[in-house]
This record gives sequence, C-alpha cells and structure tokens, in this order.
Amino acid sequence: MSAEPGPAAPSAEPGTTGAEATQAGPVTPVLQVDGVEVRFSGRAMKGKVARAVDGVDLQILPGEIVALAGESGCGKTTLARTILGLEKPASGVVRRHGVPLHYSSKALRAYRREVQLVLQDPTGALNPRQSVYEAVAEGIRIHRLPGNEEELVATALSKAGLRPPERFFLRYPHELSGGQRQRVVIAGALALEPSVIVADEPVSSLDASVRGEILALLLKLRTEMGLSVLVVTHDLGLAWNIADRIAVMYLGRIVEVGPAEQVLADPQHPYTKALLSVAGIGFDDPITLTGEPPDPTRIPGGCRFHPRCPALLSGLATAAGVDGACRSVPLPILPADFSGHHAACHLVTAGLASVGDLEGPLGG
Amino acid sequence: MTAISLLEIKDLTVTYSSSDGDIPAVRGIDLRVDPGQTLGVAGESGCGKSTIVASVLRLLPRSAVVTGQILLDGEDVLEMGWGRLRAARWAEASVIFQGAMHSLNPVQRVGKQIAEPILVHEQMSEQEAYARVGELLEQVGLPASRAYNYPHQFSGGQKQRLMIAMALACRPKVILADEPTTALDVMVQAQVLGLMSELVRELGVGLILISHDLSVLSRTCQRVAVMYAGKFVEQGPSDQVFGSPSHPYTEALAAAFPTIGDRAFRYAPRGLGGDPPHPQDLPTGCPFHPRCPVAQPECPTASLELWPSGPGQSAACVLVRDRDRVSP
Repeated sequence: MSAEPGPAAPSAEPGTTGAEATQAGPVTPVLQVDGVEVRFSGRAMKGKVARAVDGVDLQILPGEIVALAGESGCGKTTLARTILGLEKPASGVVRRHGVPLHYSSKALRAYRREVQLVLQDPTGALNPRQSVYEAVAEGIRIHRLPGNEEELVATALSKAGLRPPERFFLRYPHELSGGQRQRVVIAGALALEPSVIVADEPVSSLDASVRGEILALLLKLRTEMGLSVLVVTHDLGLAWNIADRIAVMYLGRIVEVGPAEQVLADPQHPYTKALLSVAGIGFDDPITLTGEPPDPTRIPGGCRFHPRCPALLSGLATAAGVDGACRSVPLPILPADFSGHHAACHLVTAGLASVGDLEGPLGG
Repeated sequence: MTAISLLEIKDLTVTYSSSDGDIPAVRGIDLRVDPGQTLGVAGESGCGKSTIVASVLRLLPRSAVVTGQILLDGEDVLEMGWGRLRAARWAEASVIFQGAMHSLNPVQRVGKQIAEPILVHEQMSEQEAYARVGELLEQVGLPASRAYNYPHQFSGGQKQRLMIAMALACRPKVILADEPTTALDVMVQAQVLGLMSELVRELGVGLILISHDLSVLSRTCQRVAVMYAGKFVEQGPSDQVFGSPSHPYTEALAAAFPTIGDRAFRYAPRGLGGDPPHPQDLPTGCPFHPRCPVAQPECPTASLELWPSGPGQSAACVLVRDRDRVSP
C-alpha cells in the first residue's frame, strides 16, 4: 500500500519509545504494579470468591504505549481500575514513580490527576446536557488548577485536535460526531496534564474510518508530550497499530508479555496464537477455542489455560512430555521487565530448555 | 443458472419523512442471494445498511416510503397483503437483529420462546413443536435439555446461538443477520460465525450478513457489497474486494483494519479525515468526494454507476470508469 491517506498517517517516532529510553540508563517506570491481586466476593456470589486479577506484575515507562489484551472477563478492566485506584488490591502494590499508592481520598485525588481515564463509549461518558466547555472544565475545577480556565480548556481541546477550540465551546455532545465526542473525552483527560492515560477500548465504539484518527492522536500525544498510555483492548490490530509493548491476559494473569512486534509476529503462548488467528483479516483457518473463558471463581489447577489449550488437546504437550505439568504445576507470575518477551507456558519453558539439542521443538 | 433467486432486490430506495424534511436512507440498491450463499454488506453507522434489512420484511416505520422491488422467491414483498406478509415472516425469511440476544424474555423458558413462532406458523401440536425446538438447539450446538432453562442461565455467545435457533425455527430460505456478533468477544464471535457458515452450507439457506467489521465479512461471505451514504460503492467476491479494493472508500475501510505482522501498519494507524455525511445533507455528485484522498475535479458533479473493475467486481468511482476506458 503506497497511498498514504494524508492526515491520519503520522510518521513513526521510535526515538521516544520506552525501549530506547532504557539504553540511556535505568528509568523509573511511571506506573508499576507488583503482585497485584483483586478479589470479588459478596452475598450474591454465595460465598464464592472471584479472583479477577490473580497476581500481575506490569510496568509502564515514561512515553510508552502498553496494550493490555484479552477476552472479556479476563480481568483486564479490573486491572485497569486497580491502576486507577478505583479498586483496592487484596494484595500487591500499585506504584507511581516508585512510590506506593495510598488510598486516602486526598492522595487518590492527586493521583487521579496524574493518571487519567478514557472510556470506551464517548456518548455514555459525556453528559448530554453539558456543553463541550463544561465537560472539559469540570476536571479543572475539581482539581482547582491554577491559571485561566478558558485558556486551559482551549489548550486541551486543541491538543485533542478540536480546532479552533472556541468553535466547540458551546456545542453539545449530540451535535458532534462519534470521533469528535471521543476527542472531547480525551481533551477532558488532557486538561489535567496527566502523565499517564488509561484508555479502555478507546475506539471500539467508533466507526472504522474514524478509528485511525483517534489512534493517531494517541501516538501524537505520546511523541509531543511524552504521555504514557495503557490501552485496554481486545483488538490485537490496535495493538499492532500503536503499542510498544503488549501484555496478553487470561483469567486474571498475564500469560504473555513483550515488545508488540515480537509477541504479535512471533507469539509463543497457545492462547495468544489462538487470539491472533481469529483477529484481523485473515483467510487462513482460525483456531477456535471451545467454550467461553472459564469462571474466575474456579481457576483450574496447573496451567490455568489447560482445559482449553489447543496444544494440550492436540497432543503436542504430551509429545513434549509436559502434559502432566500442564495439568498440575502452576506457572510463576511473569516478570515485569520492559524489554524481555515472556510466556507463561510449560511447553514454551520446555522448548526453551531443550533448544540446544532439539531445533524448533514447538513447530507452530 | 437459476431463474429465480431466493431474494432479489431491485432498485430499492427508502426515504424516511420527518418534520425536517425527507431523509433518503437507501438510494437505489440491487442485490441477490442464492441458496447456500452468503452476501456481506459492509458500511459505517448511518449508511443505510440496517434499513435494507428492515425493508425486506417490511418492518420499517410508517414514515418510510419504499420504492423498487423486493422479490422473495419471486414474489414482491412490497405488494403482499398483511396475511401473506405474516406468513412470509419467519417462514420464508427471518431476521437476527443487532443485540437480539438482549430481546429474549427473561421470565420465560427459552424453549417456549423458540416454540412460539413454530406454533404460530405451522400446524403442529405443542409436543411436536418442542421436539423441533430440541432439534434446533442441537443444530446450534446446545443440548436439547437446555430448552427448560431461562435466558440468564446462558452466556452471551449461547444467547446468540439461541437467536440463531429461533431464526431457523420455521425453516426459512433466507436469513438476514444485522451485526449478529458485534456484542460478542472475538473468540465467541469466531465460534458463532463458524456455526452460521456451517448452517448455510448444510441447510442451503441464503444469508445476508450486515456488519461494520470487515474481518467478520471476509471470513464468512463469498460476496460483499460496500455501502456508503445509501448506495453500494463497490461489490464483488470478498477476497477481491478486501484484497484489491477498487473504490477509495473500500481501500480506506480495509486499511483501518491493520494486517498484523505488516510493518507498514506499525505506528501508522490509517483512517479517513472527516465524518460520514448526514443523509439529509449529502454532498453532490459522488457523496464520498469531500473525504476522498484521490478526488478529481469532476467528482462533485459526476453521475455514478457501478463500473466493472475486475472479475465479478464493480465500483462506483470515476477512476474505475476511466481505467476501464483505457484498457477495454
């Protein structure tokens, strides 16, 4: 494809990605979660406990875009809510610039100014009776930002690509298109000059042709303002479009993590392989997993993916001699370093261990 | 070569009249579906694709003015009397709506809900109808015993399977599915699409699949039509249309879904500037020209038709017409 459709195609700026930054020396992650576990229980659940997030380590560097991918119910939104301080982990710590998050309302207010949320559906996120100006100014007022409010709103709107900003001040959400509404939501987040944006499915409710523009905006904010972004998505194409790193989640754990190019072009975990096979425009046979994601109140023993694992069902794991381990030996939490490519899979571990004597033992 | 298609639509237009004037939602489309065939219709919100579905079974509001022909097995739906139309709904053509899984009655067992159209349309005892419900459930991969469960006991993907079972209840020849998998997860979506393709093959029904998601259409449909502002701008075999699109809109739409592994898409999300036009305020000439990356001076005034652009493929773009002139 040589025809670049002009404004929506920004030039790649790999100079600011996290991977590059590491070469200059050790960098403190803007955000870091260590061994986070979130559990839900209640009367309605009849004494059962759902382990929605079941031990996750993750780091986000300054100016890095990390995608958190997985099916619904895998815990990715719960993890994002925990990172925003909306959910208190049962164990583990969320850190910003290395400092553990405190759950007092004063500390949370300061924290949330730094870490902003962009939701999936801009139509639901905006108050229909509030003008664009009011929507963007709301956060500025809550956090009592110094400076001229009108200027702050105008700056935020133009950073989000709504120019000239004054023209949008008095518009109401129903007068805007879906893409413009999502820009207003992003402007509301930018007004507080955050260092991190957590975007939960930021384009899944938008039309295909508008989607590219919003993703290009996120990339631009990263290059121009050094913003870090955690994108929660089920869409691996989106991750390929903008993410530096990707973490694939299954049933409360990250099962594969690494640079987006490595994970998506050369997936190791059978779950990532299956997800990739059903994503995007491909004419090859998709690997369809049977059943739906299992219940977080009953996480299977051994590898949590083993009841649905195509590699175990096809006998590949048995041939590699790891089927017993798949069924009974739990896997460790994947490390949170920001350059490695890791997969929580016995087959991968066995494969890597025997790479010397058995060339390519996994064979796709 | 069959003389009569299961469903043939000729020059369909649908105009909604509102207090602000007429809104042309569908502006002249033609399509046909044969047994065992799946036709995909792609387009963004507001392009009129759902209006096509509603018009086939005359489910449109009274304010809609419909012209053209909708031939269901050779018979024009627009000229059917109410009795005939009632008989044709479900039995000749059935519809799976967007988010239909939320339309199950939460306080009624699902078997009863699936049996309802059967009892209305076919001379069957309740017992026979229930036997048919059991068959249908097994056809969509659910145990027959689950007829006695309530909707909340099913997951999203299973509810969508129930809707497919219901659509098959009266053995229709044509099924129209409007975004049948949009609310589902990718993995469940793949399962439901696999099931639908299998049923089309086995039962020889014709399927029209409407979606904004090109990956869904490319996997399921032999042929696709791409709709923009109430008209088809390109149609043809799906691998050709998405693999080598001839209309700039199709090209932009296809590029919005990146090919994972293709470095050209890394840090380069693609999209179109601007927004789809409002049907009441359509640009003149080619309605796509204000957003078109390769617009020509004549586009704002050009009159368009679907010009052939490849084997079985055609597109409504003056560039395709001119290309055809150069190499006849």
